[in-house]
Amino acid sequence: MDGQDDTWRSLMQAAQSGERASYERLLHEITPFVRNVARRHCRHPHDLEEMVQETLLTVHRVRHTYDPARPFSPWLTAITQRRAIDILRRRKRVSSHESADMRSIETFAAAAANQELETVRCAEEVRTLLQQLPPRQREAVEALKLREMSLAEASAASGQSVGALKVNAHRALKALRALMQGREKQARGRMDGN
Amino acid sequence: METEQLIESLGAQLTPVRRLAPPSLRAASWLGAAALLGVLAVSLTVGLHIFSSRVALPRVACQCAGEGVTAVSAVLAALMRSVPGRSPRWALLPLPGCILWLASSGLGCLANGWSLHGPAGFIGESSHCFAFILGVSVPLAAALFFVLRRARPIDPLPVATLGMLGVAATAAFALEFFHPFDVTVIDLALHLAAVGVVMALGIGLRRRALAAA
Repeated sequence: MDGQDDTWRSLMQAAQSGERASYERLLHEITPFVRNVARRHCRHPHDLEEMVQETLLTVHRVRHTYDPARPFSPWLTAITQRRAIDILRRRKRVSSHESADMRSIETFAAAAANQELETVRCAEEVRTLLQQLPPRQREAVEALKLREMSLAEASAASGQSVGALKVNAHRALKALRALMQGREKQARGRMDGN
Repeated sequence: METEQLIESLGAQLTPVRRLAPPSLRAASWLGAAALLGVLAVSLTVGLHIFSSRVALPRVACQCAGEGVTAVSAVLAALMRSVPGRSPRWALLPLPGCILWLASSGLGCLANGWSLHGPAGFIGESSHCFAFILGVSVPLAAALFFVLRRARPIDPLPVATLGMLGVAATAAFALEFFHPFDVTVIDLALHLAAVGVVMALGIGLRRRALAAA
């Protein structure tokens, strides 16, 4: 850790004097560290990546505040934690003021337009069903099926092992199928009743 | 944008930067400049006689010391907190000074009561104190924000809170050189109200004034 900190310290020192290669190497090297710190605040892959990118942008903006006489990791950790808190607060603020309006989708006479809207409606439906799954299963299906991540990428992003991801994704698909069948039966029952 | 692309774009935008001086040095510069201006203002106007006669009383000396310690420690803490990676415990540094300031002022209130001027002149000269603290704080706050914004603080709330406490305490300390009477309840209330207004204004303007990153 000390050796790593020393390397980052000298890379940042070089970056402060404008050496692009050292700077890019530093940013590449600190990205997994930043991701690990951010993961303590959030496990959602999308938010996690936003935290990583916001942290790198902030490092760029405040790179003149780093003092090479001091260790690098506490400086970087403080920036990462701050950005993670800011993003989580922003999410909370937005979700407390906004909600999705499912009925705002209109259908049009042109078949092509409807097809597009139906796709949106189906996606919304899948998203609603996903909310009913246990968190680990939802995480697995989102990463592997919706974001089309590889098993290794999904494992790194979610913190689940490859084996656990496979099992959770399989269970999630089975549960989704059952949920969809349940919905179809309900809809058919309503139509027969009418 | 992918993280890889972001790194490449940040690398392309890289320019050399001038490293920020240590917070203690920046605090010393601001406090030194404020002290120099204070000495000039006092020597060109009222001189030291008001201050030296009042400070002979130990309680008033404690009050002045409390204000001075609060000013120095709050400005230092603000500059420390403006840089990432410094301990959040720096925010506690002004606490002993604040306690000394409030406790000695509180004792003065116990000794002098609500007002020295009776019901007829309840507020008396205290409104001038309010105006003095506000008037002195504005240029001091502008100068401190100028020093602080170089750091582009990532968490501007504690930086602005501590900085404005330091500014208001500096103004309250400067007031002691022009304040010919002892503290009363109404006087202390107006001093604290002025400190509160300065802090509220500074906190309200923090994002823009500090160019938060």
